[in-house]
Amino acid sequence: MSELTQSHFESELEPPNGEPLTVETALANLTHEDVSLRYYAAWWLGKFGAGSPGVVEALITALHDEDDRTELGGYPLRRNAARALGKLGDRRAVPELLQALECSDYYVQAAAAQSLGMLGDPACIPAMMNLLSGGVESAQLMPGRPHLAKPVEAAMEALEALRATEAAALIEPFLQHPVPRVQYAAARSLYVLTQHPAYGERLVRSLSEADLKLRRKLLLDLGASGYLPGAEAIAHASVENSFKMIALKSLLESNLKQTNPVALSPAATQVMTLMDALL
Amino acid sequence: MIVTKAVDASELIRAVEQADSPSRLVAAVNTLATSGLEAGIPTLIAVLGYNNPEAASVAVEGLIRLGDVAVLPLIEQLDEYNYGARAYSFRALAAIADPRALEVLLSTAETDFAPSVRRAAAKGLGNLRWEKLPEGDRAIAQDKTLQALLTISHDPDWAIRYAAIVGLQALAIASRNPSQSPQAQLSSAILERLTAMAEADPDLAVQARVWMAQQQLEHLTAP
Repeated sequence: MSELTQSHFESELEPPNGEPLTVETALANLTHEDVSLRYYAAWWLGKFGAGSPGVVEALITALHDEDDRTELGGYPLRRNAARALGKLGDRRAVPELLQALECSDYYVQAAAAQSLGMLGDPACIPAMMNLLSGGVESAQLMPGRPHLAKPVEAAMEALEALRATEAAALIEPFLQHPVPRVQYAAARSLYVLTQHPAYGERLVRSLSEADLKLRRKLLLDLGASGYLPGAEAIAHASVENSFKMIALKSLLESNLKQTNPVALSPAATQVMTLMDALL
Repeated sequence: MIVTKAVDASELIRAVEQADSPSRLVAAVNTLATSGLEAGIPTLIAVLGYNNPEAASVAVEGLIRLGDVAVLPLIEQLDEYNYGARAYSFRALAAIADPRALEVLLSTAETDFAPSVRRAAAKGLGNLRWEKLPEGDRAIAQDKTLQALLTISHDPDWAIRYAAIVGLQALAIASRNPSQSPQAQLSSAILERLTAMAEADPDLAVQARVWMAQQQLEHLTAP
């Protein structure tokens, strides 16, 4: 899920003045009076700023920005800073991201949860579990908004990344969430955490019911789950080939990472045979 | 007999052109595609641009079944303005594997702006039926193909590199067959590049595809 949404999101970001950035100019732009330059600089630093001194500190400061606001009270710069901190892989950001979970802006919370998963610090497992502890009732769709009351999908993704098997019982009820994409996120996490094929099959079964947008989401969830028996279903889904390639790539890579192979398994070879046919 | 066939073809073509629902279109394309009638080729190619993936897939299958007679029309009717249609055309050309498509496969694999089109062309390049070329032309054609695939094996897009490996693997296999290739040194250049990618490619899936290619090539040399 995250790889594709992230790349779509990134492709929409153009440097506002067309000038190529350096780490120095990007750091300076983080406090520029033009807030669109701040927003772009935060994204840029997440992509290109790894290892440069001062980047993590500057993005942590940007997590407290008050100047860049949307009409609905959102914090665009904070969102980008939270996303960037996940990509940079520096665990000094963990305490600040945990604080950002309390932000009034849903998208800041979601970005922080996702980044905490990417940073891989087991210390944030309790906070992620806490986001799920109210169950399905406390995570309903907000009236008139496209999102839930709490970023439970990001929390499940983070728990999955953190291999928090103890969270499985908290995730289970979300298989019954009224919003299908939340059900899929739950099934995906549960498969990763328990390796129980029933959860993988749940994703495969849903493929035949879902509309095109949801099918794409399902393919990405199946890919991220690493559930190899889902490969055929991905390859034959009626979705664009490029999408299937991304899903199969992610399926293959999650499997290879889990098994750390010295030789290719027959199942991995089969995934690649399916990918070859989609070229 | 020939007259009857001509009448059949024009009826089948009219059914495709006049189909007024997606399901009728797919059914009409399927009838035309399975008829094996040469006269239906331009219509099948036109269907690739209808933005109906199911009909397009059926048309691609039909064009592949028709084989070599579809190659020149496919090349002449490549849709410059619709990359979706172009990708289908190249999947057909790649599967038919007639080396008359070599030039257009080379330029497309290297320079088309649409990744889906480049992937199809890269895969097709490796698979051509080289024995259809005059013997004296094979070495130079394969060398051009090798250079193109090596170049795109450095592409920033992982899926293009993946397709380049698929092409390189097929080319290496062909180069070991004396009836297809006069030059065994092709395969050493390919093995060298595969080794480099196995060690240094940034994407795990691409590395894995290299391992698979290496395995299959080793398997061929094993006694």
